[in-house]
Amino acid sequence: MTASVQETGHGAGQPRFAVFPSRRPGSVGPGMSGAALLVTLGACLPIGFIVWVAIQSGWPLVWALVFRPRVGELLVNTLLLVAFTLPLCILFSVGLAWITERSNLPGARIWSWLVVAPLAIPAFVHSYAWVSFIPSLNGLFAAVLVSTLAYVPFLYLPVAATLRRLDPSLEEAAASLGHAPLAVFIKVVVPQLRLAICGGGLLVALHLLAEFGLYVMVRFDTFTTAIVAQFQSAYNGPAANMLAGVLALCCFTFLGLEILLRGRERYARVGSGVARSLPAAPLRVWTAPALAFCAGWVALAVGVPIVTLFGWLLHGGTSVWNAGEIAPAVFETLLFAGVGAVLATLSALPIAWLSIRAPGPVQRVIEGLNYAVGSLPGVVVALSLVTITVRIAMPLYQTVVTVLLAYVLLFLPRAIVSLRASLAQAPVELEQAAASLGRSPLNALWTVTVRLAAPGAAAGMALVALGIVNELTATQMLAPNGARTLATAFWAHSSELDYAAAAPYALLMIILSLPLTGLLHAQTRRRAAP
Amino acid sequence: MKLFLRWIGAAAGLIAATTLASAQESTGLLVYNAQHVSLTQEWAAQFTKETGIKVTLRNGGDTELGNQIVQEGNKSPADLFLTENSPAISLVDSAGLLAPLDPQTLALVPDAYRPASGRWIGIAARSTVFAYNTTSLKPDDLPKSLLDLADPKWKGRWAASPNGADFQAIVSALLELKGEDVTAKWLKGMKENVKPFQGNNAAMKGVNTGQVEGAVIYHYYYFGDQAKTGENSQKVGLHYFRNQDPGAFVSVSGGGVLASSKKKEQAQAFVTWIVGKGGQSILRTGTSFEYAVGKGEASHPRLPPLVDLMAPLVEATKLNSRKVTELMISAGLL
Repeated sequence: MTASVQETGHGAGQPRFAVFPSRRPGSVGPGMSGAALLVTLGACLPIGFIVWVAIQSGWPLVWALVFRPRVGELLVNTLLLVAFTLPLCILFSVGLAWITERSNLPGARIWSWLVVAPLAIPAFVHSYAWVSFIPSLNGLFAAVLVSTLAYVPFLYLPVAATLRRLDPSLEEAAASLGHAPLAVFIKVVVPQLRLAICGGGLLVALHLLAEFGLYVMVRFDTFTTAIVAQFQSAYNGPAANMLAGVLALCCFTFLGLEILLRGRERYARVGSGVARSLPAAPLRVWTAPALAFCAGWVALAVGVPIVTLFGWLLHGGTSVWNAGEIAPAVFETLLFAGVGAVLATLSALPIAWLSIRAPGPVQRVIEGLNYAVGSLPGVVVALSLVTITVRIAMPLYQTVVTVLLAYVLLFLPRAIVSLRASLAQAPVELEQAAASLGRSPLNALWTVTVRLAAPGAAAGMALVALGIVNELTATQMLAPNGARTLATAFWAHSSELDYAAAAPYALLMIILSLPLTGLLHAQTRRRAAP
Repeated sequence: MKLFLRWIGAAAGLIAATTLASAQESTGLLVYNAQHVSLTQEWAAQFTKETGIKVTLRNGGDTELGNQIVQEGNKSPADLFLTENSPAISLVDSAGLLAPLDPQTLALVPDAYRPASGRWIGIAARSTVFAYNTTSLKPDDLPKSLLDLADPKWKGRWAASPNGADFQAIVSALLELKGEDVTAKWLKGMKENVKPFQGNNAAMKGVNTGQVEGAVIYHYYYFGDQAKTGENSQKVGLHYFRNQDPGAFVSVSGGGVLASSKKKEQAQAFVTWIVGKGGQSILRTGTSFEYAVGKGEASHPRLPPLVDLMAPLVEATKLNSRKVTELMISAGLL
């Protein structure tokens, strides 16, 4: 779902070489459209099924299951969580981004890496660390605390990227008109961060709705935890499906809100030449407080998880490193992540291609639908796939195919965004030239365009793989018999309160995620380079 | 169109390759396991060692797996179903999905721990307890009956894991013993009073750290923790309600062979092994601390004898898990 992190580059006027919506290398067009439609139809399965279950259950039952006090409670909980966490995340991410990008903070580069590092730690490992650090931690306060620490990087990345790219002349103009530095920041800088904050904020909100493990550990009920509870007590009964419907509506509401708040203003810089890079603001006496702020943040967001994790590892000693259990979990995780990433990228290709080479209203609807589905929590997607396979597609039931399908549905937007950006930079003229030199259109597409888009595809795959490594709910509900990933094995041990035995799995997940997080950080910095 | 086909071909090929890569040689017996994973793993490992029959577990909750089997119907991939409590296996039985067990197997367990139908059998048992914090509650303050806990004076003071099948089994016993009206009213009181936790372990830990004064859980969480480090039960005491109170309910864990299984003989052999010497002695010597139910099989010496607990007489087949879920949903607990 890191999709929108990158998408925020969009409004700032990305170069688009495909000036004319050419359908000329034409003969691949119908194939691509067919493929894109197929993917989209697949993506709409979960929503279709929720609607189907609702129709089957009949209105009175739906009414009884949706309009009841428990749903109200969950709604209040979920909204409170978002209402507290989101502003805190925005505040901290803008603060941290300004200090690390715009001030002369000693070691700014290293701090910037450290602020992004929590992204490599799955959210449920964050809360595992916190509840073993302070055992009595629970409820809304704990949920807000841990979510803020875990999700600030989602906002920090786009905000920091935008801050690096700002044209200093606007700020200088404001200052020369007599505005104090703080006023300049509020009146000139903050408005320019709007796209980054909207995109990152949406991402945080969707994670708050979708996360399961984090909130179970701090005993805070949200829609997602309640759906899993329903599933565990009644399998895929209508009650779980109706809760899923309400949750899906919440996601779509946030999606719509983001579009409204994003507005239509342009933020692109016009004029000749390149913007100067910004002079770093001198911190002077504020150096020590700024350092303390960054250090305090890193201590809470990285220090606490790592220290507690190593505490458990020491406590568990060598006996928790059970190779017979751990090795298959690593294998399954890598297999799922690798294949899921390739499949998601394959599925993204036709959609991304259409959006660059043949944009139009239909294509926009197709792309929009895929983003909407990508915003759905894992539990909703998994619930619908369980129902579909058990009722009408029994041969696929409990097979690896279903899990992979869930991953594709969940992480498709990540792949589309990365692929689209690099397809846009592959000039259609090269493809046409190849075709005019005698290659078939298909051949030209594969040998020219796809090859040029490879770096973007690889970045997209890394993002999808990162998502799959840390995915818990859908994997738990759909995994084939006997299969265990690092995340589900971690969860099985920590639910039995065997925190020491869970620690190796957490460590391995972090080790697998670190390079991917690093890649993400480097990529955002490079894009943002002036 | 060629591109389209090639694209589909690539995706399909990849999926096929993954399926091959992830498919184990053969899964052997597939057990839908709702029992504690560590216990069933111990059983399965020993059984495989003695017979060479491989066992694969799909782990989940009682009602989750029970409802799952019912949905799968006669296409269920499962060979065996092992539960923590009886309502889920009764559910599967009443859907007509269990095969009759051999009379010799049934003879290994007293009548009290198996249904008259003979299609499933008790494999272990557990007692309801009120685990309490010994510094905040004195013996005189303890509730006399499970029903007392719905009283306003217990508001915010006790915990349970209402999502779990364990607690739902206790509610099903209450429903069977006292009827729907009393149960619905009690659940309403409970909704006001209870602090819900995810899992009995977590609830007991909450008692130990003083987040709540007591919790309605099963007995073995305490003994299991004591046998390990005791870090989650140092300040915990166990109160047995006794006197045939609904809170003294002893829940029977069930095991049965699926009628749709293609390996019925092997599955039957595993059930026989579990209720026989092999399986029951793991209950006596292992770390599960569940009660043994086989004829002449003693339980772990640290447990108070089962007969002393004065459990109410509840017919396992009458426990109604669906009604319980319904009542708990309408009380706002689920």
